[in-house]
Amino acid sequence: MSGIPHDHYEPKTKGEKWLNSRLPIVGLLYDTIMIPTPKNLNWMWIWGIVLTFCLALQIITGIVLVMHYTPHVDMAFASVEHIMRNVNGGHMIRYLHSNGASLFFIAVYAHIFRGLYYGSYKAPREITWIIGMLIYLLMMGTAFMGYVLPWGQMSFWGATVITGLFGAIPFIGEPIQTLLLGGPAVDNATLNRFFSLHYLFPFLIAGLVIVHIWAFHTTGNNNPTGVEVRRTSKAEAEKDTVSFWPYFVIKDLFALAVLLAVFFAIVGFMPNYLGHPDNYIEANPLATPAHIVPEWYFLPFYAILRAFTAEVWVVQFASFVTGGIIDAKFFGVLAMFGAIIVMALAPWLDTSSVRSARYRPMLKWWFGILVFDFFALMWLGAMPAEEPYATLSLIASAYWFGYFLVILPLLGIIEKPGSQPTSIEEDFKKKQLKKADKADDYFSKPDATPAE
Amino acid sequence: MKFVKTVFIVLSAWFVGSFSFAAGGGGYVKDFDFSFEGPFGAYDQTQLQRGLKVYTEVCSSCHGLKYVPLRTLADKDGLGYSEDQVRAYAEYYEIFDPELDDYRAAVPADHFPAVVDAGAPDLSLMAKARAGFHGPYGTGISQLVNGMGGPEYIASLLTGYTGEEKEEYGSVFYENTAYPGKWIAMAPPLYGEDVDYDDGHANDIYSEAQDVAAFLMWAAEPKMMARKHSGFVGVLFLVLLSVLLYLTNKRLWAPIKKESISS
Repeated sequence: MSGIPHDHYEPKTKGEKWLNSRLPIVGLLYDTIMIPTPKNLNWMWIWGIVLTFCLALQIITGIVLVMHYTPHVDMAFASVEHIMRNVNGGHMIRYLHSNGASLFFIAVYAHIFRGLYYGSYKAPREITWIIGMLIYLLMMGTAFMGYVLPWGQMSFWGATVITGLFGAIPFIGEPIQTLLLGGPAVDNATLNRFFSLHYLFPFLIAGLVIVHIWAFHTTGNNNPTGVEVRRTSKAEAEKDTVSFWPYFVIKDLFALAVLLAVFFAIVGFMPNYLGHPDNYIEANPLATPAHIVPEWYFLPFYAILRAFTAEVWVVQFASFVTGGIIDAKFFGVLAMFGAIIVMALAPWLDTSSVRSARYRPMLKWWFGILVFDFFALMWLGAMPAEEPYATLSLIASAYWFGYFLVILPLLGIIEKPGSQPTSIEEDFKKKQLKKADKADDYFSKPDATPAE
Repeated sequence: MKFVKTVFIVLSAWFVGSFSFAAGGGGYVKDFDFSFEGPFGAYDQTQLQRGLKVYTEVCSSCHGLKYVPLRTLADKDGLGYSEDQVRAYAEYYEIFDPELDDYRAAVPADHFPAVVDAGAPDLSLMAKARAGFHGPYGTGISQLVNGMGGPEYIASLLTGYTGEEKEEYGSVFYENTAYPGKWIAMAPPLYGEDVDYDDGHANDIYSEAQDVAAFLMWAAEPKMMARKHSGFVGVLFLVLLSVLLYLTNKRLWAPIKKESISS
């Protein structure tokens, strides 16, 4: 399966041979788990395992929650309280599930920004990147619909606002909105179809995760240098790589255990910190909350959605050119989805021949600003739609698009990249020597630890 | 890289404290000390019992607790009443039984009744549904640092009346320093010495407000003690597991790292 030469599974016993000639499943699993992996992967390469764990956690806790939940507008809220009060361990299962969504998104954002920094999206890994973006979109859909299920105030009004976005699409918007809602407004039909899709999507995600893993097992992992594993011979490939099991499995499990310790502290001691208190008020179609705020993981894109108001000249221009078909509301929707589309197009927008930002002195800075920009958008998404937040949102949104549409294509031309190591082996050796030097310095310093 | 790392770490730290929901021009919320704050805090059983008395004698005339089963008053890490005491308490309420098509005295299997006549909100989840802890600047830091939440808001509200009133469109509104928007439709429910506590505890307005706020926190989150316990066990176990995995990882990689230097 992998392009990197390595030992493949050889059935030895009679039973293994019997199975292998009929269904080579053991070989498939063996090759997957023993894949040669670049030695020099750093701690930003742990998020894949964390994400896989999150998906499993959400599916398992979700299946249990469904056993006790009632998808009906009159009973949904009460059934969640039933889970919290009467179901054995129900309060923990629900808090694990609701905070699990946050862990999932923290991991996915770290994973995406890792890819952006080290150029993991570049050839030959474009398919891996695109599938990853599809997974991310499905995650957002799943999380949004899941948030509607408890039928609290934010569930109801969040659903109203977000489905309203689809109504902004010219000509076909209203039929789409009606289809999503199952009627003219958010009601029982909406809750039921959201429930159904919330249960379906995770399995679509699981399917795409398999394709995602298949794709990058075919190309091999990227690594912090962006230099490819040498694959002319097995001996050479072995100098650059170690097998995934046990080396990276144990490393990733260690990172997962540390993250889960923090996760359990949040679930145990402050499980409602990341949620909105209004969602503990049952949905009331007659009372609109003062501020309708999405969950934190949607805030950056929510800020982009709101940034493009009718006062912005780009919006006025678009409206003028299209004869009013693209109004401010539709422009906002286009910008929000466009923000993700430009990210998905990064493999073709980035013109640099160098993969890793480690050897791209200018990109480093622009990337740092992008990270800052992302957090700024997140904060702005939670602020009320008034000055100065509106102007700041516009600037931050413009930078997001500017990074992908202007900076990435331009830097490839004007930037002078630094020198890259010739092999992963060399990079790994350099790092180990540096570490050994540091350790030597520390121990050889006479005054480092005074006698008394 | 170092720059990016620093930016990332600083922002992550800030971001953890900023699950910012915009505060709606909130009123002043005082930071009361409650026994159940912090990772090891627990409900004060006698305080919850006093709070129940305040609820029963004052709040329950207008507000219901429709999600709270009466039997949970016997929960060991909650109010801890005996089953007989709960049965006796339940009889205080009349509830409508659709099977009898008539009213009857409540039993422990019933929930606290919902009170709808007064148009007052149900209090079951009030301690989790009320904000007052989003500041400053929507960063949520005061909730993180001071552990401020719904019970602080409830106690602040009950003690926050200034005595001013105004009439608008035939309804009377009362000025309250804790209420977002300042003017609240609820008349001051507590004045101090509204209930006589069985344990002889002080019954000034601050004590009563805190007691009933603690009780409402319990009503909203009856499994808080079990949850904190699970969280603590989880953290302890995972920290231990992390240490073991760290050492395993170190040992596992040692020959690979050594080889790379000598080659």
